Amino acid sequence: MTFRKYLVLAGITVFSTLGDSLLARGMKELGGASLHNVTGLLLAIFNPWVTLGILLLLAFFASYMSALSWADLTYVLPATSLGYVLVALIALVFFHEKISATRWLGIALIAAGVGFVAAGPSLTPARPLAAQTAHSDGKADVLSQEAEL
Amino acid sequence: MNDLYAWAAIAVITLAATTGDVLLAYSMKRVGHVGELWQSHGLLAVIGRVLSTPTFFLGVMAMGVAFYSLLFGLSWGNLSLVVPASASLTFVANAVAARIFLHERVGRRRWLAAVLVAAGVALMAV
Repeated sequence: MTFRKYLVLAGITVFSTLGDSLLARGMKELGGASLHNVTGLLLAIFNPWVTLGILLLLAFFASYMSALSWADLTYVLPATSLGYVLVALIALVFFHEKISATRWLGIALIAAGVGFVAAGPSLTPARPLAAQTAHSDGKADVLSQEAEL
Repeated sequence: MNDLYAWAAIAVITLAATTGDVLLAYSMKRVGHVGELWQSHGLLAVIGRVLSTPTFFLGVMAMGVAFYSLLFGLSWGNLSLVVPASASLTFVANAVAARIFLHERVGRRRWLAAVLVAAGVALMAV
């Protein structure tokens, strides 16, 4: 369960990051959209970059829904925010872009936040619904219940 | 002018994304553990149960609004402004909304994580 859990969280991170980047690339290719050109915006989905981006975002959506079925929203969101770091590292390694001190600080803060939430419980046992599924992470939940109160 | 449009898009994205996240999280908690359901009843049962949850469609609609606002926003502002700004605001808005509407126990650990990530994402845009 634990390995699969992190696999799903990693899937969410990677799929959403790649999907967003491909969408951005496609939209830049198409140029500025305007409120007067809604049809143009709707037709944007036929641009190959945008299509591929949407496919990846669908994969993201499936893994996101799966995660939300066994973890809290306030766990899943911060735990999958390493994507911003991923983008910066890709820019550094593959495009040799300089990363400013402020951005390094941003990377450190995000990494700290991810570490913080991932080390905690994925599901808080406050709700009756949660109580039924709490057994999957039972030990961590009981510990955290005391720690977080 | 484009700046104003970009920030308007950011506000709409944040509001729609938070609404969508809360509705989807609520729906999936009602569906139950997807992995266990898949093993015991098969994939079709999982899909059927998700599709028969009305709040799921409301959540998807809200996400659709957020998605198209993002497309508009990306054409007016830079990727490095629109995505981090709306994401950063959504982290904090979601922590508040999850506490109020989903009754999630947002302890010190999760507040700290949400604020650290939001601040980090905002710094990445500077």
